[in-house]
Amino acid sequence: MITLSGVTKTFGKNRVLRGVDLTIPSGQSMVIIGGSGTGKSVLLKCILGLVHHDTGTITLDGQDVTKADRDAFLARFGMLFQGGALFDSLRVWENVAFRLMRGPAKRPKAEARAIAIEKLRRVGLKPETADLFPAELSGGMQKRVGLARAIAAEPEIIFFDEPTTGLDPIMAGVINDLIREIVTEMGATAMTITHDMTSVRAIADRVAMLHDGVIQWTGPIADLDTTPDPYVQQFIHGRATGPIAAVR
Amino acid sequence: MTALTAPLAAIGRPVLAALAAIGRVAFFAASVIGHIFRPPFYPREFFHALMQIGWFSLPVVGLTAVFTGGALALQIYSGGARFNAEAVVPSIVAIGMVRELGPVLGGLMVAARVASSIAAEIGTMKVTEQIDALVTLSTNPIKYLAVPRVLAATLAVPVLVAVGDAIGIAGGWLVGVNRLGFNSTTYLQNTVDFLETWDVVSGLWKGAAFGFIVALMGCYHGMNSGRGAQGVGAATKSAVVGASVLILAANYILTELFFSA
Repeated sequence: MITLSGVTKTFGKNRVLRGVDLTIPSGQSMVIIGGSGTGKSVLLKCILGLVHHDTGTITLDGQDVTKADRDAFLARFGMLFQGGALFDSLRVWENVAFRLMRGPAKRPKAEARAIAIEKLRRVGLKPETADLFPAELSGGMQKRVGLARAIAAEPEIIFFDEPTTGLDPIMAGVINDLIREIVTEMGATAMTITHDMTSVRAIADRVAMLHDGVIQWTGPIADLDTTPDPYVQQFIHGRATGPIAAVR
Repeated sequence: MTALTAPLAAIGRPVLAALAAIGRVAFFAASVIGHIFRPPFYPREFFHALMQIGWFSLPVVGLTAVFTGGALALQIYSGGARFNAEAVVPSIVAIGMVRELGPVLGGLMVAARVASSIAAEIGTMKVTEQIDALVTLSTNPIKYLAVPRVLAATLAVPVLVAVGDAIGIAGGWLVGVNRLGFNSTTYLQNTVDFLETWDVVSGLWKGAAFGFIVALMGCYHGMNSGRGAQGVGAATKSAVVGASVLILAANYILTELFFSA
């Protein structure tokens, strides 16, 4: 279980997070929604330690993440980045097997390649893709490779940062279905950041809305449409008028 | 702010910013050096960097050296003619190349080619979240990206300087023999007779220092690149300018250390 209590983060004069309180239960898929620039990615990066929060605490299974053994902590995570973040200089299979070829989980090269090809197959890519370079792939294929890399070491927790951004609706649907299937079959805890409502409905067990640096609303996906919270209603219906300023 | 303190603040602000930047580069350099000796090591990345920095810089360093050696021979010949000292051309070309022009021009050419390429590559990795991805995959970016490049440049540039020295001297010999009428054997004999081991070795040490500077500046500016294409462009420019200025400053300091007194 991941717990955030009073987490704040300021960049210069910009107070991005103003005291975030949130619990992500083990084995559940939490989706964070919110407008562009509201700090969703910063929140995710604070949990991973890519950005250091100013105050508050973030714990994983009760242990403060800032005091945990860094390698052991990160070994529990997989992450799909918004743009894929594939390493241009490495072939697709080397990207997928990156963690499997280094560190404590290091496997022989042939075994790592076999696992990578199996993970590529799992995300719907043919084995021939394995020897291509990322620049030779379409955006949708890069996202799938990123997803294969995120699940390659079978992590307990997977983060997805804007998984469908830049994809056509059909490919977005494919990615959403893959995420849902993989999270369910692996029994992983998932945290997804998105403002794509189709993704929210496809992926989420629970939803939290981040606005103005705090969690404005959180609840099960079933309650999303019926909640009277005006922020949530404005956001999910895409209305220009309401408590959320259209021009930020 | 009063009228009295405003000018002081205007001076103090950039001075403090410059000192902070020097501090950040120093910490980065210390971190890179510290990681060189601690596992894990990345031999594949090291050999890849060695090829990119060493092998693929040979043409540009060689061309620079051959034209510099030829021009140096012409200059020394015409300058030496003023006091009947044309015969010093072979020895001055050799000493000038191995002590000064070989390492400095080689270093500057590598700075233009390599510091820019490293900064652009790592800067692009930063803006496309590849460096964040490395961290989430339990890989230290300094160890994986900076250490192999800095180590490769520190080892490769002295070799490039040695090759450049030889090509530069050959350029001087070509011009001396074919254009200035020197006897080939006498030219080469004078080159060998007047050149001392320390002349060559000091140039190689300078090459190692310049290689370290070039890769360090490339990695530092790449890893601290701003957002977007403009950020990567600015990082690339800063890496080349920073490396070039530091090479010239380090050259003066090393020359003082090696040859004063």
